[in-house]
Amino acid sequence: MEKLNGLRCRECGRRYPGAPVHVCEFCFGPLEVDYRYDALKGVVTRESIAAGPPSMWRYKDLLPVEGDVAVGHHVGFTPLVRAQNLAEELGCKEIWIKNDSVCHPTWSFKDRVVAVAVTKAREFGFDTVACASTGNLANSVAAHAAEGRLKSYIFIPADLEQGKILATLVYSPTLVAVHGTYDEVNRLCSEIADKYRWAFVNVNFRPYYSEGSKSYGFEIVEQLGWRTPKHIVVPCAGGSLITKIWKAIKELQTLGLIDGPLETRMYAAQATGCGPIVTMIKNDTDVLVPVRPNTIAKSLAIGNPADGYYAYKTTKESGGYGEHATDEEIVEGMLLLARTEGIFTETAGGVTVAAAKKLVEAGVIPRDESIVICVTGNGLKTPDALQDRLEIHVKIKPSLSAFDQALADLKSQTA
Amino acid sequence: MPVLVRIPTPLRSLTKGNPEIQATATTVAGLVEDLERQYPGLKERLLDETGELRRFINIYVNEEDIRFLQSQKTALKDGDQVSIVPAIAGGR
Repeated sequence: MEKLNGLRCRECGRRYPGAPVHVCEFCFGPLEVDYRYDALKGVVTRESIAAGPPSMWRYKDLLPVEGDVAVGHHVGFTPLVRAQNLAEELGCKEIWIKNDSVCHPTWSFKDRVVAVAVTKAREFGFDTVACASTGNLANSVAAHAAEGRLKSYIFIPADLEQGKILATLVYSPTLVAVHGTYDEVNRLCSEIADKYRWAFVNVNFRPYYSEGSKSYGFEIVEQLGWRTPKHIVVPCAGGSLITKIWKAIKELQTLGLIDGPLETRMYAAQATGCGPIVTMIKNDTDVLVPVRPNTIAKSLAIGNPADGYYAYKTTKESGGYGEHATDEEIVEGMLLLARTEGIFTETAGGVTVAAAKKLVEAGVIPRDESIVICVTGNGLKTPDALQDRLEIHVKIKPSLSAFDQALADLKSQTA
Repeated sequence: MPVLVRIPTPLRSLTKGNPEIQATATTVAGLVEDLERQYPGLKERLLDETGELRRFINIYVNEEDIRFLQSQKTALKDGDQVSIVPAIAGGR
């Protein structure tokens, strides 16, 4: 089945053959993979998807991979968890957590985009992959490059959390720590990508890479029994994920796979210390004003988000909104999710939980409608954020009487 | 005053394939005019009809986004390096 028409500029519509390019030569707009939906309709069905593997590749027909999958065969199809305790705590009827903190193999949704990008890098004959990253992407590119026996260059801001540096170095990439912010690293990588013939997953491979995020949206709908939720709250850094979840839902609608009308509203969640997309939404303007990030949510710390304009448009088109979370609220969000659902997410997940809570409390999201909260990364990668907040309650000698005494003390404290 | 300007791939068809060119200007706005004089057609690719920098283009003076400086009024001096970079890139 011939499913792709090459690439197409999202702004001016100009067409390009399938190639590792990401920007329209004429208007500088982003290039997107162009699918032949007419050929896919009737071929991609609920049954054909259900017959696929328990991974993101059950949606391979809707992803820009033409040959065999090269790496990341087990990525995706993560749990959609009914969060009953969190719902009770927030006074809501129906909350779900789409939990990519347990995505195989590097514990974030970045495995989805990287599996596509590295597979395409192999298709196009590249021997080196690269990326600019705040950590999760670094982990994933290094891991999948190792699996695909490709060389990798990973560029990170030098002040990244130690856990994310170690979880990159373990796969033996060439790690380049840049003294600057993520935005500076990213700008540098744009220039490097122009000079060296490498597969930069989030630069020249961006049209393919970003499509991988759609699988997160497909899974939400399939796991809800081909029902679309009323509200989806999504963490925003570069702004790509929220636009691709929305695109995924609309593709399923185009293919006739969704029952009933599409009434989903998309919400952007960002940190107060780096929230240029949510600021656009609150000010209702399509002009992005870049910021200098200052937040503990380092994986969301992009002050100049590439897809900020489209993220804003997604919330507007779907009738959604956005919310900021302070560093204190982010930590509270992480603790709230852990305490109610037993899920330990990284700071980005804390942002999303906190923003969802605020949107519910403000009445923007009604308490009696279905809500999906997107958790995209794992808390064990960013323990620094909680270091000062948590302590061991009971320290005793190995004797029963010491424990009896400690227990009595604890009970008297809480009484 | 001469400054070095880095040209991204999509614009090199206008600069005879040159990835780096020299220009003379005291501000970014003046730089755009000089680029147009040297390579006709460049200006309309950088600025929209109202004279604003196009949405998907970022300009950096010595590694600093001009939106953090004085945008097109940002002053240039001898030996400055200017990068023209497509805005679409990145993602954690």
